Amino acid sequence: MSTPFDEVARRSTEWLRGVGPLHEIVISTRIRMARNLAGYFFLSRADSAMRGEISGAIQKAVRDCGPLSTYVDADVEHLSDLDRMVLVERHLISRQHAEGSGARRVVFDPTECVSLMINEEDHLRIQVMRSGLQMDEAWEQINEIDDALEQHVEYAFHSQYGYLTACPTNVGTGIRVSVMLHLPALRLTNELDKVVQAAKDLKLAIRGLYGEGTEALGDFFQVSNQITLGRSELEIIDDFRGSVIPKIVEYEQKARQALLRNRSSALEDKIFRAMGLLQSARLMSSNEAMQYLSHVRMGLHVGRLKSVNLQTVNELFMQTQPAHLQKLQGERLNGKQRSIARAKLIRARLSNN
Amino acid sequence: MGLCENCKKSQATFHLTNIDKSGEKVERHLCDRCAVSEGLVQIHKPTAFNETLENVIAGDQRGQAAARQLVCESCGLSYLEFRNQGLLGCPQDYDQFCEFLATLVERAQDGASHHVGKSPAASGAQMSARQDISKLRRQLDDAVAAEDYERAAELRDRMRDLSGE
Repeated sequence: MSTPFDEVARRSTEWLRGVGPLHEIVISTRIRMARNLAGYFFLSRADSAMRGEISGAIQKAVRDCGPLSTYVDADVEHLSDLDRMVLVERHLISRQHAEGSGARRVVFDPTECVSLMINEEDHLRIQVMRSGLQMDEAWEQINEIDDALEQHVEYAFHSQYGYLTACPTNVGTGIRVSVMLHLPALRLTNELDKVVQAAKDLKLAIRGLYGEGTEALGDFFQVSNQITLGRSELEIIDDFRGSVIPKIVEYEQKARQALLRNRSSALEDKIFRAMGLLQSARLMSSNEAMQYLSHVRMGLHVGRLKSVNLQTVNELFMQTQPAHLQKLQGERLNGKQRSIARAKLIRARLSNN
Repeated sequence: MGLCENCKKSQATFHLTNIDKSGEKVERHLCDRCAVSEGLVQIHKPTAFNETLENVIAGDQRGQAAARQLVCESCGLSYLEFRNQGLLGCPQDYDQFCEFLATLVERAQDGASHHVGKSPAASGAQMSARQDISKLRRQLDDAVAAEDYERAAELRDRMRDLSGE
């Protein structure tokens, strides 16, 4: 079952490198744009012939588009379930795209910072991901890609409503900004309400690690905009850069300092207990792994752990996910086998980094 | 609990604490009727709200009936199908369903009804004038709120110039 994705699963991704402004707390910055081609139905009304035409038209535009022509182009429709799940775990496609039906593709750059989902909910979803808080860089890149593609396709655009999308909640700019945050101290001190409030004041939504409808695993949260109409892309981005994210980062930093000051034994216990479990356990579920890795990651950033490499921890978050684990093992594994393989992988990586 | 300081007959149910111009705290204790006659509360009319609600419901029912008939000429999606699945069928739906969609979009988009921001190069020039106007309008609102009428007048003139083009 060797596929090009065996190799992909072994690699790290650029945005998990743990660099970039505020990377201790801001894991990544993601901007996604929803676009549809003029002259076609949206996907809920498109028959399979039309889906194929749409996919072909966008594929051709990508090939004709200088900077995108070297990207990896994968036929999501004909990938195995496991390969699709690898792409989901790497945030290259959404769960919805993996579980959809009919002609659909993904095109992504080798560093995995850029991905284009073809025939997801809209004809085209462009996504740019960056490590840490890098709004301007992400915006410049996605804007360039959008401009370049527009030379080759005609987007559905309305003088009043802007870029038209299948769901009216995306209409206008079609832009969704998501910032992934690691907030272990706020969770330990039961202060996540503050984050919820800060986000709510600016009509931003808080979700779990894999976006819509997912729960927060291992203290990771995504903050994203809800409003796409009536505000420009830069105004939407400014809400994150200018106020919300710096404020949440400050809350988390303060909570970490307060824990170090007032409850340092309890904090150290969390960190070293997590480390002990990761180094010794023989069975480890993926939720457990996320939680303990989260505490270890915090331990590195508050200076209580020095023996572990941050990039190793960041990579383990992804490699301990079910599909990655099976790819790395080179075989299909059931839940129990995965728990064994996961515990073994973590032990090996933490004793040798 | 005391009597109304005004009529000194009824129970005071309205309590107001204010700071007057000299910075002194002023407390008022009034009965319902005196509070109304002083213009501090609006007359309570239970029917007013119900009437509004009934109008909304009736309007919605009339709307439902009309919406049931509404089918996009381009993709064949009916408005009710859209309401059930949450996804539109084609770009034309935004115009075909505009009567019903407009309120829905505004509700989902925090009251916004017009795109501001990037646009395809072809319609760019036209859009940018519209965006400038909408930006000026916001600055004008701010200027008026700040009672900076000189700036407000200047902004109004610039808006007039832009829309005159």
